[in-house]
Amino acid sequence: MTSRRHVLSLAVVATALATGSVATYVLAQPAEKVIRIEAKRFDYTPGALTVKKGEPVVFELTSRDVLMGFNLPDFSLRADVVPDKVTRVRFVPDKTGTFTFLCDIFCGSGHEEMHGQVTVVE
Amino acid sequence: MASAINRRQFLQLAGIGGVGVVFASALPGVARAARAEDFYFVQLSDTHWGFEGPPNPDAKGTLRKAVASVNALEQQPDFIVFTGDLTHTTDNPVERRRRMAEFKEIVGALRVKNVRFMPGEHDASLDYGKAYKEFFGATYYTFDHKGLHFIALDNVSDPRAVIGDEQLAWLAADLRQQRADAPIVVLTHRPLFDLMPQWDWATRDGAKAIELLMPYQNVTVFYGHIHQEHHHMTGHIAHHAAKGLMFPLPAPGSQPNRTPLPWDPAQPYKGLGFRSVDAEVAQAAYEITEHPVIRS
Repeated sequence: MTSRRHVLSLAVVATALATGSVATYVLAQPAEKVIRIEAKRFDYTPGALTVKKGEPVVFELTSRDVLMGFNLPDFSLRADVVPDKVTRVRFVPDKTGTFTFLCDIFCGSGHEEMHGQVTVVE
Repeated sequence: MASAINRRQFLQLAGIGGVGVVFASALPGVARAARAEDFYFVQLSDTHWGFEGPPNPDAKGTLRKAVASVNALEQQPDFIVFTGDLTHTTDNPVERRRRMAEFKEIVGALRVKNVRFMPGEHDASLDYGKAYKEFFGATYYTFDHKGLHFIALDNVSDPRAVIGDEQLAWLAADLRQQRADAPIVVLTHRPLFDLMPQWDWATRDGAKAIELLMPYQNVTVFYGHIHQEHHHMTGHIAHHAAKGLMFPLPAPGSQPNRTPLPWDPAQPYKGLGFRSVDAEVAQAAYEITEHPVIRS
Protein backbone atom coordinates (compact mmCIF):
# COMPACT_ATOMS: atom_id res chain seq x y z
CA MET A 1 0.00 0.00 0.00
CA THR A 2 2.71 2.41 1.06
CA SER A 3 4.99 1.50 -1.81
CA ARG A 4 2.10 1.87 -4.30
CA ARG A 5 1.33 5.32 -2.93
CA HIS A 6 5.01 6.17 -3.18
CA VAL A 7 5.08 5.12 -6.82
CA LEU A 8 1.95 7.16 -7.53
CA SER A 9 3.48 10.20 -5.84
CA LEU A 10 6.61 9.86 -7.91
CA ALA A 11 4.49 9.61 -11.03
CA VAL A 12 2.57 12.73 -10.07
CA VAL A 13 5.76 14.62 -9.32
CA ALA A 14 7.12 13.56 -12.68
CA THR A 15 3.93 14.79 -14.32
CA ALA A 16 4.09 18.03 -12.40
CA LEU A 17 7.66 18.61 -13.44
CA ALA A 18 6.81 17.82 -17.05
CA THR A 19 3.79 20.08 -17.20
CA GLY A 20 4.94 22.74 -14.79
CA SER A 21 1.74 22.21 -12.90
CA VAL A 22 2.29 22.42 -9.15
CA ALA A 23 -1.44 22.24 -8.54
CA THR A 24 -1.58 18.70 -9.87
CA TYR A 25 0.93 17.60 -7.28
CA VAL A 26 -0.85 19.30 -4.38
CA LEU A 27 -4.17 17.73 -5.27
CA ALA A 28 -2.57 14.33 -5.28
CA GLN A 29 -1.76 14.52 -1.56
CA PRO A 30 -4.71 12.99 0.30
CA ALA A 31 -5.81 15.48 2.92
CA GLU A 32 -6.37 13.84 6.28
CA LYS A 33 -9.90 13.94 7.49
CA VAL A 34 -10.48 16.42 10.28
CA ILE A 35 -13.08 15.72 12.96
CA ARG A 36 -13.92 18.57 15.26
CA ILE A 37 -14.99 17.59 18.77
CA GLU A 38 -16.22 20.14 21.26
CA ALA A 39 -16.11 19.34 24.95
CA LYS A 40 -18.18 21.03 27.60
CA ARG A 41 -19.31 20.00 31.02
CA PHE A 42 -20.39 17.15 30.77
CA ASP A 43 -20.40 15.89 27.20
CA TYR A 44 -18.69 15.83 23.86
CA THR A 45 -20.21 16.97 20.57
CA PRO A 46 -20.36 14.77 18.60
CA GLY A 47 -20.62 12.00 21.15
CA ALA A 48 -20.37 9.25 18.59
CA LEU A 49 -18.29 9.14 15.46
CA THR A 50 -17.25 6.63 12.85
CA VAL A 51 -13.88 6.31 11.14
CA LYS A 52 -12.31 3.83 8.78
CA LYS A 53 -9.58 1.46 9.75
CA GLY A 54 -6.23 2.52 8.37
CA GLU A 55 -7.37 5.99 7.36
CA PRO A 56 -5.68 8.66 9.44
CA VAL A 57 -7.89 11.35 10.94
CA VAL A 58 -7.11 14.43 12.95
CA PHE A 59 -9.23 15.23 15.97
CA GLU A 60 -9.52 18.96 16.57
CA LEU A 61 -10.47 19.25 20.21
CA THR A 62 -11.80 22.34 21.93
CA SER A 63 -13.37 23.01 25.31
CA ARG A 64 -16.15 25.48 25.79
CA ASP A 65 -15.64 25.88 29.54
CA VAL A 66 -12.98 24.16 31.67
CA LEU A 67 -9.88 22.03 31.19
CA MET A 68 -10.95 18.58 30.01
CA GLY A 69 -9.27 15.39 28.98
CA PHE A 70 -9.78 13.36 25.85
CA ASN A 71 -8.70 9.79 26.42
CA LEU A 72 -9.15 6.88 24.03
CA PRO A 73 -7.53 4.16 26.16
CA ASP A 74 -7.81 1.33 23.65
CA PHE A 75 -5.44 3.23 21.37
CA SER A 76 -3.31 4.81 24.11
CA LEU A 77 -4.37 8.19 22.78
CA ARG A 78 -4.97 11.12 25.08
CA ALA A 79 -4.72 14.88 25.19
CA ASP A 80 -5.58 17.80 27.41
CA VAL A 81 -8.43 19.85 25.98
CA VAL A 82 -7.80 23.45 26.90
CA PRO A 83 -10.46 26.17 26.75
CA ASP A 84 -10.09 28.64 23.86
CA LYS A 85 -7.47 26.53 22.18
CA VAL A 86 -7.57 23.92 19.43
CA THR A 87 -5.72 20.75 20.32
CA ARG A 88 -4.95 18.51 17.35
CA VAL A 89 -4.47 14.80 17.78
CA ARG A 90 -3.70 12.46 14.90
CA PHE A 91 -5.42 9.11 15.04
CA VAL A 92 -4.69 6.12 12.84
CA PRO A 93 -7.19 3.40 13.77
CA ASP A 94 -5.57 0.02 13.40
CA LYS A 95 -8.42 -2.18 14.64
CA THR A 96 -12.16 -2.30 14.17
CA GLY A 97 -14.82 -2.10 16.84
CA THR A 98 -16.52 0.41 19.09
CA PHE A 99 -14.33 2.12 21.64
CA THR A 100 -14.98 4.52 24.48
CA PHE A 101 -13.34 7.90 24.81
CA LEU A 102 -13.72 9.79 28.04
CA CYS A 103 -12.79 12.84 30.02
CA ASP A 104 -9.97 11.85 32.36
CA ILE A 105 -9.60 15.20 34.12
CA PHE A 106 -12.16 15.49 36.90
CA CYS A 107 -14.49 18.31 35.94
CA GLY A 108 -17.45 18.15 38.34
CA SER A 109 -20.67 16.39 39.18
CA GLY A 110 -21.25 14.92 35.71
CA HIS A 111 -17.67 13.88 35.08
CA GLU A 112 -18.48 10.17 35.31
CA GLU A 113 -20.99 10.51 32.47
CA MET A 114 -18.66 12.41 30.16
CA HIS A 115 -17.72 9.96 27.47
CA GLY A 116 -18.33 9.12 23.83
CA GLN A 117 -17.72 6.38 21.31
CA VAL A 118 -15.52 5.90 18.29
CA THR A 119 -16.58 3.18 15.90
CA VAL A 120 -13.90 1.93 13.55
CA VAL A 121 -15.14 0.15 10.44
CA GLU A 122 -13.37 -1.65 7.60
CA MET B 1 -6.07 -5.89 73.09
CA ALA B 2 -7.31 -9.30 72.13
CA SER B 3 -5.14 -11.34 69.81
CA ALA B 4 -6.19 -11.86 66.21
CA ILE B 5 -6.73 -15.55 66.95
CA ASN B 6 -9.23 -14.67 69.62
CA ARG B 7 -10.88 -12.19 67.33
CA ARG B 8 -11.14 -14.75 64.56
CA GLN B 9 -12.61 -17.24 66.97
CA PHE B 10 -15.01 -14.54 68.02
CA LEU B 11 -16.00 -13.82 64.42
CA GLN B 12 -16.65 -17.50 63.85
CA LEU B 13 -18.68 -17.76 67.02
CA ALA B 14 -20.63 -14.72 65.96
CA GLY B 15 -21.37 -16.37 62.65
CA ILE B 16 -19.75 -13.72 60.50
CA GLY B 17 -16.33 -15.26 60.19
CA GLY B 18 -17.35 -17.15 57.09
CA VAL B 19 -17.06 -14.08 54.90
CA GLY B 20 -13.53 -13.36 56.00
CA VAL B 21 -10.87 -14.11 53.45
CA VAL B 22 -7.19 -14.30 54.27
CA PHE B 23 -4.78 -12.64 51.90
CA ALA B 24 -1.17 -13.45 52.70
CA SER B 25 1.51 -11.64 50.82
CA ALA B 26 4.42 -12.78 52.95
CA LEU B 27 7.29 -14.73 51.53
CA PRO B 28 8.43 -17.79 53.45
CA GLY B 29 10.89 -16.98 56.18
CA VAL B 30 10.05 -13.31 56.38
CA ALA B 31 11.78 -11.65 59.30
CA ARG B 32 9.50 -10.86 62.21
CA ALA B 33 9.16 -7.21 63.04
CA ALA B 34 10.45 -6.45 66.51
CA ARG B 35 7.23 -4.72 67.56
CA ALA B 36 4.86 -6.94 65.63
CA GLU B 37 1.51 -7.34 67.30
CA ASP B 38 -1.67 -8.42 65.55
CA PHE B 39 -4.56 -5.99 65.41
CA TYR B 40 -7.41 -4.99 63.17
CA PHE B 41 -8.60 -1.84 61.51
CA VAL B 42 -11.77 -0.84 59.67
CA GLN B 43 -11.95 0.60 56.17
CA LEU B 44 -14.88 2.72 55.06
CA SER B 45 -14.97 4.30 51.63
CA ASP B 46 -16.89 6.44 49.19
CA THR B 47 -19.49 7.80 51.58
CA HIS B 48 -20.32 10.62 49.07
CA TRP B 49 -22.01 12.74 51.71
CA GLY B 50 -24.25 15.25 49.91
CA PHE B 51 -25.30 12.91 47.10
CA GLU B 52 -29.00 12.75 46.39
CA GLY B 53 -30.76 10.55 43.89
CA PRO B 54 -32.63 7.32 43.17
CA PRO B 55 -29.55 5.07 43.61
CA ASN B 56 -29.90 5.65 47.35
CA PRO B 57 -33.25 6.74 48.84
CA ASP B 58 -31.58 6.76 52.26
CA ALA B 59 -28.72 9.02 51.24
CA LYS B 60 -28.90 10.96 54.49
CA GLY B 61 -29.17 7.89 56.68
CA THR B 62 -26.71 5.36 55.27
CA LEU B 63 -23.55 6.87 56.73
CA ARG B 64 -25.10 7.18 60.18
CA LYS B 65 -26.19 3.55 60.02
CA ALA B 66 -22.68 2.50 59.05
CA VAL B 67 -21.23 4.49 61.95
CA ALA B 68 -23.65 2.74 64.28
CA SER B 69 -22.65 -0.64 62.87
CA VAL B 70 -18.96 0.09 63.38
CA ASN B 71 -19.71 1.24 66.91
CA ALA B 72 -21.57 -2.02 67.48
CA LEU B 73 -18.54 -4.18 66.65
CA GLU B 74 -17.98 -6.11 69.83
CA GLN B 75 -14.26 -5.53 69.74
CA GLN B 76 -13.45 -2.07 68.52
CA PRO B 77 -10.72 -1.67 65.89
CA ASP B 78 -7.39 -0.03 66.61
CA PHE B 79 -8.21 2.61 64.04
CA ILE B 80 -10.55 3.44 61.17
CA VAL B 81 -9.61 4.69 57.72
CA PHE B 82 -11.80 6.42 55.15
CA THR B 83 -10.33 5.92 51.67
CA GLY B 84 -11.77 8.93 49.93
CA ASP B 85 -14.87 10.49 48.40
CA LEU B 86 -16.00 11.45 51.85
CA THR B 87 -18.28 13.99 50.19
CA HIS B 88 -20.00 14.21 46.83
CA THR B 89 -18.60 16.89 44.58
CA THR B 90 -20.11 20.35 44.23
CA ASP B 91 -18.99 23.43 42.32
CA ASN B 92 -19.93 25.61 45.27
CA PRO B 93 -16.98 26.06 47.67
CA VAL B 94 -19.33 26.99 50.51
CA GLU B 95 -21.47 23.90 49.98
CA ARG B 96 -18.32 21.77 49.71
CA ARG B 97 -17.22 22.93 53.15
CA ARG B 98 -20.70 22.49 54.56
CA ARG B 99 -20.70 18.86 53.40
CA MET B 100 -17.27 18.27 54.89
CA ALA B 101 -18.37 19.78 58.19
CA GLU B 102 -21.48 17.58 58.27
CA PHE B 103 -19.49 14.50 57.37
CA LYS B 104 -16.98 15.24 60.09
CA GLU B 105 -19.74 15.71 62.63
CA ILE B 106 -21.41 12.40 61.70
CA VAL B 107 -18.22 10.34 61.85
CA GLY B 108 -17.34 12.14 65.07
CA ALA B 109 -19.82 9.72 66.63
CA LEU B 110 -17.45 6.81 66.00
CA ARG B 111 -16.36 5.30 69.30
CA VAL B 112 -12.84 4.85 67.98
CA LYS B 113 -11.16 8.22 67.88
CA ASN B 114 -8.10 7.17 65.89
CA VAL B 115 -9.56 7.92 62.46
CA ARG B 116 -7.53 8.48 59.30
CA PHE B 117 -8.95 10.32 56.34
CA MET B 118 -8.01 10.43 52.69
CA PRO B 119 -9.46 12.48 49.84
CA GLY B 120 -11.22 11.24 46.73
CA GLU B 121 -11.60 13.20 43.53
CA HIS B 122 -15.05 14.33 44.65
CA ASP B 123 -13.48 15.96 47.73
CA ALA B 124 -10.34 17.41 46.25
CA SER B 125 -10.14 17.59 42.47
CA LEU B 126 -12.00 20.85 41.91
CA ASP B 127 -9.84 22.92 44.28
CA TYR B 128 -6.62 20.87 44.43
CA GLY B 129 -7.49 19.68 47.94
CA LYS B 130 -7.83 23.14 49.48
CA ALA B 131 -11.08 22.58 51.37
CA TYR B 132 -10.12 19.01 52.23
CA LYS B 133 -6.90 20.16 53.90
CA GLU B 134 -8.81 22.72 55.94
CA PHE B 135 -10.94 19.98 57.44
CA PHE B 136 -8.81 16.85 57.38
CA GLY B 137 -5.17 17.88 57.04
CA ALA B 138 -2.52 16.43 54.76
CA THR B 139 -3.64 14.51 51.69
CA TYR B 140 -0.68 12.10 51.83
CA TYR B 141 1.23 10.87 54.84
CA THR B 142 2.64 7.84 56.59
CA PHE B 143 2.14 6.30 59.98
CA ASP B 144 3.28 3.19 61.77
CA HIS B 145 1.09 0.94 63.83
CA LYS B 146 2.32 -2.08 65.78
CA GLY B 147 5.05 -2.89 63.30
CA LEU B 148 3.08 -2.14 60.14
CA HIS B 149 4.07 0.77 57.94
CA PHE B 150 1.12 2.60 56.37
CA ILE B 151 1.50 4.93 53.40
CA ALA B 152 -1.47 7.06 52.36
CA LEU B 153 -1.09 8.18 48.74
CA ASP B 154 -3.01 11.04 47.13
CA ASN B 155 -3.95 10.35 43.50
CA VAL B 156 -6.89 12.75 43.38
CA SER B 157 -5.93 16.29 44.39
CA ASP B 158 -4.53 16.77 40.92
CA PRO B 159 -7.67 16.49 38.75
CA ARG B 160 -5.63 14.68 36.10
CA ALA B 161 -5.54 11.67 38.46
CA VAL B 162 -1.80 11.79 38.88
CA ILE B 163 0.30 11.28 41.97
CA GLY B 164 2.90 13.67 40.63
CA ASP B 165 6.67 13.75 40.69
CA GLU B 166 6.91 15.55 44.02
CA GLN B 167 4.83 12.96 45.87
CA LEU B 168 6.56 10.10 44.06
CA ALA B 169 9.93 11.46 45.24
CA TRP B 170 8.49 11.66 48.76
CA LEU B 171 7.32 8.04 48.43
CA ALA B 172 10.73 6.91 47.21
CA ALA B 173 12.42 8.65 50.12
CA ASP B 174 10.05 7.03 52.61
CA LEU B 175 10.53 3.58 51.12
CA ARG B 176 14.30 3.91 51.35
CA GLN B 177 13.84 3.90 55.13
CA GLN B 178 12.09 0.51 55.01
CA ARG B 179 13.55 -2.99 55.05
CA ALA B 180 12.94 -5.00 51.91
CA ASP B 181 10.74 -7.36 53.94
CA ALA B 182 8.94 -4.68 55.96
CA PRO B 183 5.17 -5.17 56.06
CA ILE B 184 3.76 -2.19 54.16
CA VAL B 185 0.16 -1.19 53.60
CA VAL B 186 -0.65 1.45 50.99
CA LEU B 187 -3.93 3.32 51.31
CA THR B 188 -5.21 5.24 48.34
CA HIS B 189 -8.41 6.22 46.57
CA ARG B 190 -8.05 5.29 42.93
CA PRO B 191 -6.60 1.98 41.78
CA LEU B 192 -2.88 2.33 41.20
CA PHE B 193 -3.11 -0.10 38.28
CA ASP B 194 -5.16 0.16 35.08
CA LEU B 195 -8.29 -1.59 36.31
CA MET B 196 -10.61 -0.04 33.71
CA PRO B 197 -9.22 3.12 32.10
CA GLN B 198 -12.35 3.35 29.93
CA TRP B 199 -14.23 4.12 33.14
CA ASP B 200 -11.52 6.33 34.61
CA TRP B 201 -10.59 3.53 37.02
CA ALA B 202 -6.87 4.13 36.94
CA THR B 203 -4.12 6.46 38.10
CA ARG B 204 -2.23 7.98 35.23
CA ASP B 205 1.18 7.57 36.86
CA GLY B 206 0.16 4.72 39.17
CA ALA B 207 2.65 2.41 37.45
CA LYS B 208 5.45 4.61 38.80
CA ALA B 209 4.23 4.07 42.36
CA ILE B 210 3.96 0.33 41.80
CA GLU B 211 7.47 0.32 40.37
CA LEU B 212 8.75 2.00 43.54
CA LEU B 213 6.88 -0.50 45.72
CA MET B 214 7.87 -3.59 43.74
CA PRO B 215 11.25 -4.20 45.46
CA TYR B 216 9.43 -4.57 48.77
CA GLN B 217 8.29 -8.09 49.46
CA ASN B 218 5.24 -7.45 51.61
CA VAL B 219 3.10 -4.70 50.15
CA THR B 220 -0.69 -4.65 50.19
CA VAL B 221 -2.92 -1.88 48.84
CA PHE B 222 -6.37 -0.97 50.13
CA TYR B 223 -8.33 1.50 48.04
CA GLY B 224 -11.82 2.72 47.10
CA HIS B 225 -13.22 4.63 44.11
CA ILE B 226 -14.94 1.71 42.37
CA HIS B 227 -17.70 1.15 44.98
CA GLN B 228 -17.33 -2.61 45.11
CA GLU B 229 -15.15 -5.33 46.48
CA HIS B 230 -12.36 -6.21 44.06
CA HIS B 231 -9.08 -8.06 44.38
CA HIS B 232 -6.17 -7.89 41.98
CA MET B 233 -2.47 -8.72 41.94
CA THR B 234 0.28 -6.75 40.24
CA GLY B 235 3.17 -9.15 40.66
CA HIS B 236 3.32 -9.94 44.37
CA ILE B 237 1.41 -6.77 45.38
CA ALA B 238 -2.23 -7.30 46.31
CA HIS B 239 -4.83 -4.58 45.68
CA HIS B 240 -8.14 -4.74 47.54
CA ALA B 241 -10.96 -2.34 46.60
CA ALA B 242 -13.66 -1.64 49.18
CA LYS B 243 -17.40 -1.29 48.85
CA GLY B 244 -18.85 2.19 49.07
CA LEU B 245 -21.51 3.59 51.35
CA MET B 246 -23.73 5.50 48.93
CA PHE B 247 -24.32 3.47 45.76
CA PRO B 248 -22.67 0.41 44.24
CA LEU B 249 -21.11 0.53 40.79
CA PRO B 250 -21.12 -2.26 38.20
CA ALA B 251 -18.32 -4.77 37.84
CA PRO B 252 -15.62 -3.54 35.47
CA GLY B 253 -16.86 -3.77 31.88
CA SER B 254 -20.05 -5.59 32.85
CA GLN B 255 -22.27 -2.95 31.23
CA PRO B 256 -21.69 -0.20 28.68
CA ASN B 257 -21.47 2.63 31.21
CA ARG B 258 -20.39 2.90 34.83
CA THR B 259 -23.78 4.10 36.01
CA PRO B 260 -24.72 3.28 39.62
CA LEU B 261 -26.54 0.02 40.17
CA PRO B 262 -30.20 0.66 40.94
CA TRP B 263 -31.47 0.56 44.50
CA ASP B 264 -33.30 -2.68 45.21
CA PRO B 265 -36.21 -2.09 47.62
CA ALA B 266 -36.29 -5.82 48.32
CA GLN B 267 -32.66 -5.69 49.43
CA PRO B 268 -31.92 -2.17 50.67
CA TYR B 269 -28.23 -1.25 51.01
CA LYS B 270 -27.30 -4.20 48.81
CA GLY B 271 -23.74 -3.78 47.54
CA LEU B 272 -22.89 -1.26 50.24
CA GLY B 273 -20.86 -1.87 53.35
CA PHE B 274 -17.52 -1.58 55.10
CA ARG B 275 -14.76 -4.00 55.95
CA SER B 276 -12.60 -5.00 58.81
CA VAL B 277 -9.02 -6.04 58.21
CA ASP B 278 -7.25 -8.32 60.65
CA ALA B 279 -3.54 -7.76 60.27
CA GLU B 280 -1.22 -10.58 61.14
CA VAL B 281 1.81 -8.38 61.10
CA ALA B 282 4.60 -10.96 61.25
CA GLN B 283 3.15 -12.83 58.26
CA ALA B 284 2.02 -9.67 56.45
CA ALA B 285 -1.29 -11.46 56.08
CA TYR B 286 -4.68 -9.78 56.14
CA GLU B 287 -8.04 -11.30 56.85
CA ILE B 288 -10.71 -9.18 55.23
CA THR B 289 -14.25 -9.39 56.53
CA GLU B 290 -16.99 -7.57 54.65
CA HIS B 291 -19.79 -6.11 56.75
CA PRO B 292 -23.20 -4.90 55.58
CA VAL B 293 -24.40 -1.39 56.39
CA ILE B 294 -26.83 -2.76 58.93
CA ARG B 295 -25.62 -5.68 60.97
CA SER B 296 -28.28 -8.22 61.71
